[in-house]
Amino acid sequence: MIELRGLTKRYGKGNKTATALSDLNLSIQKGEIFGVIGHSGAGKSTLIRCINLLERPTEGEVWVDGVELTKLGKGRLQEKRRKIGMIFQHFNLLSSATVYDNIAFPLRLAGTPDSAVEEKVKDLLALVGLEGHRNKYPAQLSGGQKQRVGVARALANDPDVLLCDEATSALDPQTTDSILRLLLDINRQFNLTIVLITHEMHVIQRICDRVAVIHGGGIVEQGAVTEVFLKPKHEITQGFIRGEAQNDGQLQAAMRTVPGESSQAVKITFLGEKTYGSTLSRVARETGVNFAILQGTISTIKDVPFGQLIVRFEGSAEAITSTVLELKAQGLDVEVLS
Amino acid sequence: MGGLNFNEVNWEEMMDAMLATLQMLAISGVFTIILGLPLGIVLYLWGRSQEPVIRFIYSVLSFLVNILRSVPFIILMVALIPFSKSIVGTSIGVLGTIPALVIGAAPFFARLVETALREVDRGVIEAAQGMGASTSQIVLRVLLPEARPGLLAGVTITLVTLVSYTAMSGMVGGGGLGDLAIRYGYYRYEMEVMLIAVALMIILVQLLQMIGDRLVRHFTRK
Repeated sequence: MIELRGLTKRYGKGNKTATALSDLNLSIQKGEIFGVIGHSGAGKSTLIRCINLLERPTEGEVWVDGVELTKLGKGRLQEKRRKIGMIFQHFNLLSSATVYDNIAFPLRLAGTPDSAVEEKVKDLLALVGLEGHRNKYPAQLSGGQKQRVGVARALANDPDVLLCDEATSALDPQTTDSILRLLLDINRQFNLTIVLITHEMHVIQRICDRVAVIHGGGIVEQGAVTEVFLKPKHEITQGFIRGEAQNDGQLQAAMRTVPGESSQAVKITFLGEKTYGSTLSRVARETGVNFAILQGTISTIKDVPFGQLIVRFEGSAEAITSTVLELKAQGLDVEVLS
Repeated sequence: MGGLNFNEVNWEEMMDAMLATLQMLAISGVFTIILGLPLGIVLYLWGRSQEPVIRFIYSVLSFLVNILRSVPFIILMVALIPFSKSIVGTSIGVLGTIPALVIGAAPFFARLVETALREVDRGVIEAAQGMGASTSQIVLRVLLPEARPGLLAGVTITLVTLVSYTAMSGMVGGGGLGDLAIRYGYYRYEMEVMLIAVALMIILVQLLQMIGDRLVRHFTRK
């Protein structure tokens, strides 16, 4: 659906250039929710703005739905942009227009007749749950309501793609959640391709199918969210996922503690149905080891349950080895920590 | 002052002068907006262009606007006498002053328009671009409505400035209250006429400002 090829964006001229993106390649499938995560200044904002050419890349090609946007003339590009919706961190609504007129705006730009506008806006208001607010001005709405107007406006011309530029970064956690749920609904209902950029891992975890990690103007890691989230390879990715905990001294000490017998710390990853099974306690009982849970998360990635525990096994070296083998045989992912 | 006697004041003449002032204000106001608004929009658009050629044209235009704004109005008026004659056939009276008033006020108003447009949130313009809006759609459907309070404030300031310009035009044969105040008050020491003429202009300015402020408040949605 979206193909970025050799995308490079440099700002400035002469020897004072700054490179925001360098030779970046990315491919996004139809109907998926694709997340791009990165720290501020990593180039993610430039990346998403290159997809509808709000930023023109210095080099490279942008393909959307089989059309090379970077080759289009002004008029054709404007036409194509109608099929690419976008929502923004700061909503960017017309402050002088009502909720109704804001949502009607892209329809009127496209020359839609009034009766069709009326009908479409009504549907969209219902979709985003703002039926009672049609005559209010943006200043009278909460942040979450403003973003709902933004979403409705972005969907007005039945786009193929929705771009979300830090769309939840200005919202509180509860509102963020309700907007993410709305995006997920829309994605499923209309099979709409969504590209979102964020600096918050939980946004990716909540709704994305695939994720790319951007750093220094390039993509350092990408893949299915479950994969990247549970097995982060690049240190930037690891930083996003661990955030606070893993490197803390208390945990390190607990992993090394040897109370009498031999012990071994391992990281066990559960994915899917196994997350809610009793595999760990059954295997431990069979092999006769004891275990202490030092750290753990049990949650979901989009709809997939997962768990990740750091566990210290205590017992004879052979018992611990056979425990690890048995857990692996049961289909869990076990990583022995040094 | 030795006692003022308002019985001698020719009220009919005062009314005529008032009407003349209002006429000058209305006609020059309309033309100032007709010329200044597009000029301001063009200044705004060209001022943000990345094209070197357009940037050059912008700096030339901007320079010309600044020249017109820095020439004192009274001098501009005298300098424009031949021009006024060629356009409206005379350089005196209500009609004769209009060209000078418009040329004096339009660049000033254009700058106010440019400033008001610059206040429009960059993000909103980008959102419209992202939706496939053309430049003219952005001007008509985004910039002008979003900048409406600023534009109305600019119109108010310009009209108030025009009131004082019309008064000054009395020095070189323009009509209206300024002419009256100068002829009676300055040349003939008839303090009463001058006082009333000035008072009427003060009332006019107050009214304009009040209406302007109301409109600005009415259209402010932030």
